[in-house]
Parts: sequence; structure tokens; C-alpha cells
Amino acid sequence: MADYRPPLRDVAFVLEHLVDLDALCALDEFDGIDADTLLGALEENARFTAEVIAPINRVGDIQGSVHDPATNTVRTPDGFADAYAQYVAAGWGGVPFPPAYDGGGFPWLAGIALQEFISSANMAFSMAPLLTQGAIDLLLEHGSEELKERYLRRMVTGEWTGTMNLTEPQAGSDVGAVRTRAVPQSDGSYLISGTKIYITFGEHDMADNIVHLVLARTPDAPPGTKGISCFVVPKFLVNDDGTLGERNDAVCVSIEHKMGIKASPTCVMSYGENGGAVGYLIGEENQGMRYMFTMMNNARLSVGLEGLSLAERAYQDAYTYAIERHQGRAPGAPAGEQSLIIEHPDVRRMLLTMRSLVEAMRNIVYVTAEGIDLSRHHPDAEVRAAKAEFVDLLIPVAKAWCTDMGVEVTSLAIQIWGGMGFIEESGVPQHYRDARITTIYEGTNGIQAMDLVGRKLGLRGGTAVLELFDTMAGIDAELAAAGPALDGIRVALADALASVRSSVEWTMTNGLADPRDALAGATPLLRMFSLAVAGWLMARQALAAVAVGGDEGEAKLSTASFFCTQWLPQVHGLGAQVSAGAGSLMELSAEQLASR
Amino acid sequence: MNIVVCAKQIPDPAEPGALDPQTKTLKRDGKLILDESDMYGVEMALQLAEAAGGGEVTLVSMAPDNKVDGLRSGLAMGAAKAVLVSDPALAGTDALGTAKVLAAAIGKVDGAQLVLTATESSDGYTGTVPEQIAAILGMPSITFAKSIEVRDGTVYVKRQTDAGYDEVECPLPCVVSVTAGVVEPRYPSFKGIMAAKSKPLDQLTLADTGVDAGSVGWGGGGQEIVGIEDAPAREAGEIFEDDGSGVDKIVAYLENLKIV
Ligand SMILES: Cc1cc2nc3c(=O)[nH]c(=O)nc-3n(C[C@H](O)[C@H](O)[C@H](O)COP(=O)(O)OP(=O)(O)OC[C@H]3O[C@@H](n4cnc5c(N)ncnc54)[C@H](O)[C@@H]3O)c2cc1C
Ligand SMILES: Cc1cc2nc3c(=O)[nH]c(=O)nc-3n(C[C@H](O)[C@H](O)[C@H](O)COP(=O)(O)OP(=O)(O)OC[C@H]3O[C@@H](n4cnc5c(N)ncnc54)[C@H](O)[C@@H]3O)c2cc1C
Repeated sequence: MADYRPPLRDVAFVLEHLVDLDALCALDEFDGIDADTLLGALEENARFTAEVIAPINRVGDIQGSVHDPATNTVRTPDGFADAYAQYVAAGWGGVPFPPAYDGGGFPWLAGIALQEFISSANMAFSMAPLLTQGAIDLLLEHGSEELKERYLRRMVTGEWTGTMNLTEPQAGSDVGAVRTRAVPQSDGSYLISGTKIYITFGEHDMADNIVHLVLARTPDAPPGTKGISCFVVPKFLVNDDGTLGERNDAVCVSIEHKMGIKASPTCVMSYGENGGAVGYLIGEENQGMRYMFTMMNNARLSVGLEGLSLAERAYQDAYTYAIERHQGRAPGAPAGEQSLIIEHPDVRRMLLTMRSLVEAMRNIVYVTAEGIDLSRHHPDAEVRAAKAEFVDLLIPVAKAWCTDMGVEVTSLAIQIWGGMGFIEESGVPQHYRDARITTIYEGTNGIQAMDLVGRKLGLRGGTAVLELFDTMAGIDAELAAAGPALDGIRVALADALASVRSSVEWTMTNGLADPRDALAGATPLLRMFSLAVAGWLMARQALAAVAVGGDEGEAKLSTASFFCTQWLPQVHGLGAQVSAGAGSLMELSAEQLASR
Repeated sequence: MNIVVCAKQIPDPAEPGALDPQTKTLKRDGKLILDESDMYGVEMALQLAEAAGGGEVTLVSMAPDNKVDGLRSGLAMGAAKAVLVSDPALAGTDALGTAKVLAAAIGKVDGAQLVLTATESSDGYTGTVPEQIAAILGMPSITFAKSIEVRDGTVYVKRQTDAGYDEVECPLPCVVSVTAGVVEPRYPSFKGIMAAKSKPLDQLTLADTGVDAGSVGWGGGGQEIVGIEDAPAREAGEIFEDDGSGVDKIVAYLENLKIV
């Protein structure tokens, strides 16, 4: 595994050309922040992340976090607690949060760039700040002043970490099936009891306190998602003067042995085994699911970003190997000499696939993050609403497509390394193993496809998605004006958009008639829709590349062309799957599907 | 106690360097970063100022094209202000010319008692600028410091040697060059980076320094780069089958290199 090198130029390209950073910084909310400052901060963070966080990625994988059943504590791998202390001292966790709670007041987009670096450097490590960020997001939006005063500041600084406790054995994708109970007490608090599973960083030795956000049901709550409430359950209760009080009845009873992100403890949490864990209601009873939804877009975008981050890291490893490893003779190379494998067309195919996918993912994730900022802070309510809609449409794309491609690209890195790629010592398999979870948590990619079909296509009676298609098709004139170099991209994009739009329209029409038909084609439809969005943004990349020129422009244009003319046409093969309906999938009985 | 740290801004060593065939020198048109060698000086200066319970750390640098990114890093680490000398007339300046310019800039820093530098820069590594600055300023020069303490106007330095270290002391003001790797330079915090934006950064031209234009630049050095050549490609190593005489072969090889 090569040392991680934060791709500062590539990130800057997106920030300079795919989003409008100056316009974003000009918003009142970001007073005093300009593009230069933001890029300067990214550079310093990149150095810190590469030198402090990246070097413990491998030891994290080898040692993993370890649970001690005698004390129910978790020891993180060597170096993690120290690196985390440095991360907190440097104040990186608070960058995109409001100054009122000691945050840096930067755009979410800046937070996303920081997160790209940390997730590439060490995904398992990055989960601690990531889950904390989710908890902060939810508390900021829905917590009472009292709860915010008591908890937020030290979560923003990172002194305390946060967790999200949704999953239970019978409640995974189906969050409505949560059974954990919350019984109100006379002092206004609640006693929480129940078992949560798969809780990321539910217990560890990197921070003084852990603030668990727990979904539970009050005694007379209605069934399903309508009866879920959300609670703050601190590991240590917090006294009025801010000091830590009694240990709460919230215990990590074991951790999972996993395929990847081994340093990130995935905990079974037991609440209330000894009388009840003290919890404090966030907002109102039975509104927990609604609150979850407000932080869900951010959380899903962050997981999509993990796909990008691991793909970038794997690409760096693959490239490094391809310019070192001699094997075979490339066509045209002198006889009797072994060529570098980067000279073989098939290896180039893999490298170009990886590189263009990484760029496409970065475009999607950063453009979506810009949308989040604008949907929150633009002065014009109409712009805010339009951006919120845009983000809603892009979230399943960012989450599902970027994680699917993360798996694809990390797998290609192994392929480029040949046999050595299968050997753990190379460090390359770790990226693939780490990437594999991203398609599962924060709503499986199947759930993302249902989200697209069930909720997003119907936005504004279906007008929202069709308007997005109009916007995407609108780039055609610009591509035409840019001259013949972009003709290939223009034709490929127009064909792809037409094909994807007709599948979307098929689903909108037929899904109304029989939802099973829409759901049967949901995943291929999400793939098609994602490719269309990726192709559109790659076309924008191509336009920027032509304007930029030089070495950088040439490279960005070449990857954009490769993507649009060689990868994007996949959409034409997917339409049949979308419009086949549920019939053939459901034809056989469950028994008939058994192998025999 | 006010401390000056010479902070050289250099092309990022992680980027492949390129020579300009026209001027026959390293291309410096890209971004410049703070030389890692100087981060140790900045860190030591910050620690000394903290230990002294006050005093300012000022960065002094000479660089082309008004480049300040490296200085911003030093300010983000905690230095109070910076002085940059930048002037097209400085292109091609040699080590002595650089020392003249830096000495003049240091002279403009109020109450500077201690001047810290690295023992040598990472890109030029002439390793002579610190002593030249000291000579020009008429100050004592101590080299290869691995630790520095200041008490009652005297500097106590542990000076790295091949065998161990010398203990050296000298009165302020003086110039001390700091060995790489002897302290752990702090990473700028996010707050430090934001604060650095509004710290004073004086930009001087050659004329502002009062240094004679004839003693700097291409002409000032009295030297010329007449040609540049690619380094010879690394040759394949020799491979010996170890038939039992491997040890002797290694010893003979090392003797031949005059290493043993
Ligand atoms: C390493 C790790 C960390 C995690 N961290 C956390 C955490 O911090 N907090 C937390 O609360 N949870 C966490 N989880 C849990 C994670 O979010 C769930 O595993 C995920 O939501 C899927 O739930 P499940 O495992 O029960 O799978 P299931 O819901 O049983 O899904 C099994 C399969 O069925 C499909 N499926 C399920 N329902 C439907 C449907 N309605 N329509 C179509 N297909 C469907 C799924 O797509 C999937 O392919 C973590 C899990 C792991 C492995
Ligand atoms: C061909 C050529 C072209 C050049 N063009 C320019 C130019 O266009 N503009 C320009 O400003 N300079 C220019 N220089 C000057 C050059 O960048 C060096 O500063 C100078 O040659 C000192 O050499 P060194 O780094 O080997 O010094 P060393 O003696 O190895 O340096 C020791 C220490 O002295 C301090 N120091 C040295 N140089 C500086 C500096 N510049 N600023 C702050 N601290 C320093 C640092 O602490 C450094 O670690 C040029 C030099 C050459 C040889």
C-alpha cells in the first residue's frame, strides 16, 4: 500500500469548476470565508491527515478494536487514541458547524472535502467523527436549548463522540420495528431499556464521554415508524456544571468480528440491564423518525463519499503499482524486455475506468454537498426549495452509485496488482474489504432504489425529476458550442439521457398501476439514473477542462470522454430490466428457488 | 523575548521538480510551501517564546513572486507576524546574496534577539546562509542545535556532533541553526489557520531592504550555471549467488567503497 496522497488538485478542480465556491462563500452565513481560505485550510488538513491518520490505517486493520468482556470496555488499535486527541486539538471536527457552538462556520461542502481525506486515509478511524457529526446534526436541528447547551459544544470540538442507535435484531432496514422501551420519569427524563446491535463506536477509549442517540418507544406509542421517539443517552451523565457524573446503564456487551473497517468497533449495546439507562427526549414524543429524516441526507451523502474515498485510495495504489511492475511485452515495445504493466492496453482500461469513476463520484458528491448548503442558506426561498429538491433526487445516486462504484474500483485495484493484490501484505485488499459495508449501512442500496422510485420520482407530482432531465439535456448547446472535440461526449450524453428518461417515464406510469413492477426495476433504474447524472456532470467537467487547458485540462477532458463514450452507454442495456416488471422475478415460488 | 525564524518557501518536494532549460535552474513558478527544515525552527521558537512567558515570533523569508503560502503555514502554527522580501531583481541570487537580504530584513524586526534558521534548506542545501547572516549582523553563530534554552540573556545550546553533543553558551543576540528532526513541529489547528489570515505580513522589495542591487541576482553571485544534465540512470546492481563466500564478497565490496 502506497502512502496516501490527498488529491488536492483534483479536489480543487471540482471546487473551482463544478461548484460555484465564490457564490457559496458570498452567502451571509459564510461571512469572512473565501475560496482561498477554504482551500488553504484543506491543504493543512490534508497534510495532517496524511501524516497522522493515514499511517495507522493498516495497524487498525491488523489489530482491530478489542472488547474486554470483564469490563465491557473497548480498546482501539495502537495509535488511534493519540491520533484522535490530535484531531480534537486541531479542531477539525467542528469545521462545518455553527460558531455559536464553537464550530468553524464553514460550508458543508468544506466538511465534505475534509471527510474525503480522512475516509481515504483511514476509513475505520473516520467513523468516530462521522457518527458524531450525524448526532450533532440531529441535536442542532431538534434538540432543546438545554440539551444543546449541555452536549453540543464538546461534541463539536470532538472531546465527546456521538453514536446513532437505530438497529435492533428485528429492526434493520425496517426501522419501524424498533422495540427498545422508554418510560417517562417524574423528573422529565426517561428510563431506556433494550438491545441495539451494530452500533458504530458505541464504546471506545478515545473520548471521555459518548453521547448515544437512541430510537425507542414510549409505553403508549403507536406501532411502526409513527411511534418512534429519539433520546440522548450519555455514557456518563453530565452534571449541571458540565462535569461528568454517574456512569449510565448503557453498556457495550460485545463487538462484531467483521470483514472490514476492523478498527471501528461495531457494538452490541445493552440499555437498562441494571435498572434503566437515563435518557432525555429530543423534541417531542413519536417524532423520532421525522427527526432522523432531517439528518439522513447528510448521513447518506457521507456514506456515498466513503465509496469515493476508498476508490481514490485504491486508485493511488493501483497507479503506483502499474508504473513499477514489469510484466509481459506491450505491443511495440522492444523485444527481450519486460514492459511496465501500465503499457498494456487492458491495464490502461482498468486505470481509466477507475480514474474516471473516481472523478464522476467526486463530481456527484461535491455538487450534492453544494446543494445542501444552498438549500439551507440561500437568501431566496425559491432557490432553497429548488436546491432541496435537487439534493433529494441526488441522494440515492450519491449513496448507492458511489458505494457500488467504490466496491468496483477497489476490486479493480486488486486486479491490477495481480496475485499480489490478493495477498494481505500488499494492503490492497483492505480497501475492498472496507468498502464492502458501504453498500449496506445507512439504508442498503436496495432501499436507496426504493427511495428513488417510491419517494423521489413522485416529487412535485413527477415534475421535479423531469425538470432535472431538462436541465441535464440543456448542456447540449454548450457542448455543441465548445467545438468538435466534445462531439463524442455530446452525442453519447444525448442518447443516454433519452434512454434513461424513457425508463423513468415507464416507471412513473407503470409503477402507479402496480408498485411491484416499479420495485422490481428499482435497482436498475437507480443505476441508469445515476449514470445519467454522472454523465451530465462529466460533460460539465469536459467543458471546464477545455476552458482550463494545459496538462490538467487534457487529463480531465480525456477521462470525461472515456466515461461518456465508453461507460455511460451501459444505460442502453439496462432498460429491459427496468420495464420487465415483477412478473418474471416472482414467477417461481420461494421453494422452487432452492438449489437442488 | 522576540525571536526571528528564517522561513524558506520551497517547491513541494512531493511534486516532481523540473529544471528550466532556459535559466538552467529549478522551476519555482508553482506553489511554494514552508520548508520542512524550517518547521523545526518555528516550533522551537514558539516553545522558547512560551517558556519565556511572552515575546513574538517573526518569520522572515525571501521568495519569488510574492509567494506567501509557506509563511501562512508558519503563522498558522503560531508565529505572530511575517516579513517577505520579493523582487524580480532577486532571481538567481546565491547564498551570500540571500544572507544579505535576510540580514537586512531581520534588522527591520523590532527587538529581535534570537535568530533561528535550519542548518540547511531541503532544496538548496548550501548550508551557509545562517553563518553568513550572523557575520553580516555581527552576531555570534551557533550551528546544529538540538535543543535551545534561554536564561538571563544567555543562550544554552546542545550542539549535535558526530559523537554526541557539545554544550555551548553565548550571549544574546545571536543566530542559531537548528538540526532537523529534533522537535515535533505542531500541526496548525483550524483556529490557528483562521487566525493566520489576519496576522501582519509585510512585503518588502529589494529597495526597501537597502541591499545593493549589484550584490544580488544573477550578476551579484559572480557565478553562472553553464550546463545541466540529467542524472545518470541507476545501473543494475550486481548479483552474486551465495555459494558460502557471500560474506567475503560483501566485505570486499564495502572495502572497495572505502566504507569499512
Ligand atoms: C459495520 C456496521 C456498522 C453499522 N453501524 C450502525 C450504527 O452505527 N447504527 C445503527 O443503528 N445501525 C448500524 N448498522 C446497521 C445497518 O444500518 C443495517 O445493517 C442495515 O440497515 C441493514 O439492515 P439489516 O442488517 O437488518 O438487513 P436487512 O434489513 O435484513 O436486509 C437484508 C436484505 O434485504 C433487503 N431488504 C430489506 N428490506 C427490504 C425491502 N423492504 N424491500 C426490498 N429489499 C429489502 C436489503 O436490501 C438487504 O439486501 C451497522 C451495520 C454494520 C454491518
Ligand atoms: C539559480 C538560483 C535562482 C534563484 N532565484 C531566486 C529568486 O528568483 N527569488 C528568490 O527569492 N531567491 C532565489 N534564489 C535564492 C535561493 O532560493 C536560496 O534562498 C539561496 O540560494 C540560499 O540557498 P540554500 O537554500 O542552499 O541555503 P542554506 O544555507 O542551505 O539555508 C540554510 C537556512 O537558511 C535559511 N534560508 C535560506 N534561504 C532562505 C530564504 N530564501 N528565505 C528564508 N530563509 C532562508 C533557512 O532557514 C535555511 O534552512 C535563487 C537561487 C539560485 C541558486
